[in-house]
Amino acid sequence: MRARFPIVRGVAEQTASAETSGNSGEKPDAAVVRDALGVGVAVGLSGFAFGVTSAGSGLTLLQTCALSLLVFTGASQFALVGALAAGGNPFTAAAGAFFLGVRNAFYGLRLSQLLALPRAVRPFAAQWVIDETAAVALAQPTRRAVRVGFAVTGLSLYALWNLTTLLGAVGAEAIGDTEAWGLDAAGPAVFLALLAPMLRSAIDRVVAGLAVVLGLGLLPVLPAGVPVLVAALAAPVVLWAQGRRGAAADDDVRGTER
Amino acid sequence: MNIWIAIGVTAVGCYAVKLIGLLVPEGVLERPFVRRLSALLPVALLAALTAQQTFADGRALVLDAKAAGLAAAALVLMTRAPFLIVVGAAVVVTAGVRAMAG
Repeated sequence: MRARFPIVRGVAEQTASAETSGNSGEKPDAAVVRDALGVGVAVGLSGFAFGVTSAGSGLTLLQTCALSLLVFTGASQFALVGALAAGGNPFTAAAGAFFLGVRNAFYGLRLSQLLALPRAVRPFAAQWVIDETAAVALAQPTRRAVRVGFAVTGLSLYALWNLTTLLGAVGAEAIGDTEAWGLDAAGPAVFLALLAPMLRSAIDRVVAGLAVVLGLGLLPVLPAGVPVLVAALAAPVVLWAQGRRGAAADDDVRGTER
Repeated sequence: MNIWIAIGVTAVGCYAVKLIGLLVPEGVLERPFVRRLSALLPVALLAALTAQQTFADGRALVLDAKAAGLAAAALVLMTRAPFLIVVGAAVVVTAGVRAMAG
């Protein structure tokens, strides 16, 4: 659990510890709702940062709100507006955002077993399958609690994220020069805050380091939006290299045994 | 128009991966390599994006007030402060450095 949902690790830990006071796996709905609202409200407010960043990147109010309504996965939204602001073509920009969203498929996989939703309901639940709903839902002890946690986190986060996106975008347009207010630093700070809890093993840090080198090094020579996609290759390359080293180590062991 | 195309492609793609997770039978995505890759892809992307948005202006590498803002965010992150405080620190320090420099 902790290894798979690093982004909201702190939240998951809090939720897990909150539940130890309960008896024999049962957890009152009120406690689940409280956990879920805590996450939904805290993260939902971050829509301000997105609205401001998106407006500062030159997107219209309608475009900014459409992203929060339709895409609804924060890192992908920030990545897309960043890539568009840097002058990337729409498809390379979308590709970076898409790859960041792929992790949600794995949350969905775990959630579908625990939520056990009828197939007809799944297309409606799908939009809420993100880091935060997964972290809250997967920390619950019973199916009922999983469902309540998922629904309350999803609803509160979706409502607030979209509302604060709108307010942030309107605010940024009123402010005018967002750079004078340092608001262009919000985007990279968001990425850093998402990244930091993921950097636990040496492999994580090697991948991150290689990605930084590729992302910055290729920036002057490749078209906008492409360097970040090449940097993403750091993940499979490091995994592959690690697999080879593991295989070589196995061979060594076998060699000494022989 | 280009922006709307990007929004449309991203929305469809991101919704599709969310739905796939809920619909595919158990086991299909559970191969160890696929799982580890999906955990590492965000690490690579977020690291590259953090670096680029801090140190790039268009296609040129620059060192400006944003670097100070990011350093402040990193410091605040170590205190396990909430997300908005981290972002706020980056914004305030960046604005402060610009105000002093300008």
